[in-house]
Amino acid sequence: MTVTAAFFYLFATITIASGFMVIASRNPVQSVLFLILAFVNAAGLFLMMGAEFLAMILVIVYVGAVAVLFLFVVMMLDVDFAALRQGFLQYLPFGALIGIVLLIELIFVVSAYVIDPGLIRAPAVPIPAPDVMTNTEALGQVLYTRYFYFFQAAGLILLVAMIGAIVLTLRERVGVRRQNISMQNARTQETAVQVRKVPFRQGI
Amino acid sequence: MELGDILLAVAIMLGKSLLLLVALLIFIAYALYADRKVWAAVQLRRGPNVVGPWGLLQSFADLLKFVLKEPVIPAPANKGMFLLAPLVMCTLSLAAWAVIPLNAGWVIADINVGILYIFAISSLGVYGVIMGGWASNSKYPFLGALRSAAQMVSYEVSIGFVIVTVLMCAGTLNLSGIVESQNTSLGILGWYWLPLFPMFVVFFISAMAETNRPPFDLPEAESELVAGYMVEYSSTPYLLFMLGEYVAIMTMCALGTILFLGGWLSPIPFAPFTWVPGVIWFVLKASFLFILIAMVKALVPRYRYDQLMRLGWKVFLPLSLAMVIIVAGVLMATGNAPGIR
Repeated sequence: MTVTAAFFYLFATITIASGFMVIASRNPVQSVLFLILAFVNAAGLFLMMGAEFLAMILVIVYVGAVAVLFLFVVMMLDVDFAALRQGFLQYLPFGALIGIVLLIELIFVVSAYVIDPGLIRAPAVPIPAPDVMTNTEALGQVLYTRYFYFFQAAGLILLVAMIGAIVLTLRERVGVRRQNISMQNARTQETAVQVRKVPFRQGI
Repeated sequence: MELGDILLAVAIMLGKSLLLLVALLIFIAYALYADRKVWAAVQLRRGPNVVGPWGLLQSFADLLKFVLKEPVIPAPANKGMFLLAPLVMCTLSLAAWAVIPLNAGWVIADINVGILYIFAISSLGVYGVIMGGWASNSKYPFLGALRSAAQMVSYEVSIGFVIVTVLMCAGTLNLSGIVESQNTSLGILGWYWLPLFPMFVVFFISAMAETNRPPFDLPEAESELVAGYMVEYSSTPYLLFMLGEYVAIMTMCALGTILFLGGWLSPIPFAPFTWVPGVIWFVLKASFLFILIAMVKALVPRYRYDQLMRLGWKVFLPLSLAMVIIVAGVLMATGNAPGIR
């Protein structure tokens, strides 16, 4: 039990510390790397709660794909940090507002838990014991039966968002020579090579 | 007493890990040698043949050379991250071996979501490359890192779908469970490479792209980018990059063995062959996949970058997506789907 507690405090401390470093570090690349550290430690916390599937998915999706794209963008952009800091005071009220709303919501959740733990602990579908079926199987059982339409709708929303992003950024530029792979593959020696007799000192 | 038990468990775990690490590194030293020998043989050269009998000690001589050289760190580089990148690459690719079963029960951590763990760890390998490319603060490494990021993310998608098809047949995410589900009286014909042959091909090619092997070694394409993200690296950091790369390739070979070639199972399921220890079958199968990858390196010219992206997104993704649906449909229609209650 003490080992569990020790690991919990280790992961939790690193998560919070790296979360703080994300906003505190001056170099955006370092911020993203701290974000990744926070993700990995959050995955460790999931693992300790027995949510092994969520832990692995967190690493695969957020660390393996989303954060890579973050890093990609942050490294590519030539950001002027002095200019970024200019608007700090201007945006401070909005940031503070969002922070306060989130804080109040968190307090609501925690106080509800303190007043009546049954309020939060009662899930719509009973959670099977870990020795009956694995975490992954249990998730699959509800995700693809009870919540099938919600699951599909979430997927569709993501698809629409992706298509929207592509449509918004797709520019049809004129005069660009594109690779047409099937045409390239269809070339034979007869169509590709032309044998000419070149007259001396005249060229073609 | 409880503390003593914990310490004992930790000591056993450390011992196992160390044993696996040493065995793996020695195996990789000879895999590297085999790689160069195959490459040489295809080109009618001799390959390494000076250090030791038939050049067998070449990899160790290279190791010594890398370790004894002076590491050069470029002045404008981000020093901490520059040195962290090869460590990340090497550590992450070694970490994947914690869940790979070499024989029935021969595994350091027999976790329920083993395949997801390997998938997660291999998707993290890209960080070593990106960090190395960025921290070098130089043009070619940076371009190599950008290419690598796009390439590895693209091919992970098709590897994911390949894994999904195998999982649907096996009905478990545990790697030992996947091998056991291929244990039929048919032997080699009962393994997944035969019913899922298109997926085996997709996996093989995607594995090469994922680990930056030729013909997909665009992040380090020497004719365009000098050596890509490794340009500024020398000595031990370079060695760590190379080691990480080869460990990742061996991981992919081991994964291919587990998913498609029946892991430690004997290809012919009766007496004299089943007496052979499973670990020997495993090593033989993984080596077979590695030799295939080495042959591809020697035989196939490097892809162009747009061809690489087209292959990943326009050929493999629709193909593997269609296979997922077909396999699921066939399993449900024939009533063979595992785990349906």
